[in-house]
Amino acid sequence: MSKPSLDWFLAIWMLIGMPSALAAQRPPTIAAAANLNFALTEIAKQFEQAQGTRVELVFGASGTLTRQIQDGAPFEMFLAADEEFPARLSAAGLTRDAGVVYAVGRLVIFAPKGSPLTVDQRLDGLAQLVKTGKVNRFAIANPEVAPYGRAAEAVLRKRGLWDALRSNLVLGDSITQAAQFATTGNAVGGLIAYSLVLSPGIAERGSYAVIPDADYPPLRQRMVLLKPAGAVAAQFYAYLQGDSARAILRKHGFAVPG
Amino acid sequence: MDWTALRVSLALGAGTIAILLPFGIWFGRLLAVRQFRGKLLVEALVTVPLVLPPTVLGFYLLVTFGARSPLGEAFQAIAGRSLPFTFEGLLLASAIANIPFVVQPIQRGFEAIPADVRDAAACCGLTPWQRFLRIELPLAWPSILTAAILTFAHTLGEFGVVLMVGGNLPGETRTLSVAIYDRMQAFDDRSAGVMAATLLVIAVATLTATTALSRRVGPRRG
Repeated sequence: MSKPSLDWFLAIWMLIGMPSALAAQRPPTIAAAANLNFALTEIAKQFEQAQGTRVELVFGASGTLTRQIQDGAPFEMFLAADEEFPARLSAAGLTRDAGVVYAVGRLVIFAPKGSPLTVDQRLDGLAQLVKTGKVNRFAIANPEVAPYGRAAEAVLRKRGLWDALRSNLVLGDSITQAAQFATTGNAVGGLIAYSLVLSPGIAERGSYAVIPDADYPPLRQRMVLLKPAGAVAAQFYAYLQGDSARAILRKHGFAVPG
Repeated sequence: MDWTALRVSLALGAGTIAILLPFGIWFGRLLAVRQFRGKLLVEALVTVPLVLPPTVLGFYLLVTFGARSPLGEAFQAIAGRSLPFTFEGLLLASAIANIPFVVQPIQRGFEAIPADVRDAAACCGLTPWQRFLRIELPLAWPSILTAAILTFAHTLGEFGVVLMVGGNLPGETRTLSVAIYDRMQAFDDRSAGVMAATLLVIAVATLTATTALSRRVGPRRG
């Protein structure tokens, strides 16, 4: 009885020790806004080919990630979907500097196949549908934690649809979750990131129209190196401002500064 | 299929058992054989994690051990890493969340041992330790096994606490259940489907094992 139980004990401790042992040689972890899911994955792949080093990507709502960084999450770099969250982190002394704007996001209205919603730049189709009371659910990201949610709120307010739609809104925890709701037929449509609509397998799920930039405050997306950043993270930070990364960002529906 | 996430999940399950089982045996037996003032309150407290939303536990752990709290700072200074967003932090959260799954079955197991058996053993001159090791523990064994299996299965399924306290760090706190969520967010339904099926199979297998074991090694009553 005593020998097998010792073996078990050792086996369990080996299992427990394993993740920590892996932690020692892990590539830097980069926190990134959910709307970068496809663009940044592609950039990271190219970075790996060009530089021979890897970065680990974790995606989430910018607000959630900011909160996690404040609570001590071991990220080395943060690509936000706005400028406010990085500013908050740099005010708290958690970043190296104020960072740079790496992309400007755009918003689209999306309607899945079979939805009664017709999409257009000025949201006339949505207004029509609201009037006839046919909107059951309309998806946006949560304005409290997701910059794209704030942009969506601004657009809906500008078009005078916010109050009428309010009770029908489904709030995604991040812009990707909102996109899930908007593209899978669980809602008549939604206001989501252009970058997600352009990603593989989404565009053919329905129709979309790009919202004019003037209808919402610009979605300038800022990135910052965090205090624990090492050499590889700094390399990736520089790489993101280079031509090949910018081309990928453009391809994925972002406007690129400069 | 995210093998790293599976390994984190299995390590979390095994680690939770390793931490909780000794405590559960001690505490479950205490609740079974002792009468004391405030026992009802203690039993209620033990059950609380069962009905508490995981987000409540996550909130308190983050507030208590986050980098901005004094306790969090102290822990960071001593251990060199923070508790939130690390595997150790997950282990702590998981141990707390699983207390009822360990204590309750074990308590029932010890309660099922008739008082006569204990008295007889004492009359035979066995010391309390001998009574515990040679009479009570073998009789309560099926309940202890059930507790371990339930804890393991429940840990694999834990989601809310893991996401809140652990974040989503690959190789460290991204468990299989969080990986499913992560893949869903990336519109990668195929991987999510494979991992969901894996968890389903593990859940069915563990519960089948519990049922089979409790039949085969059911408590022998005198």
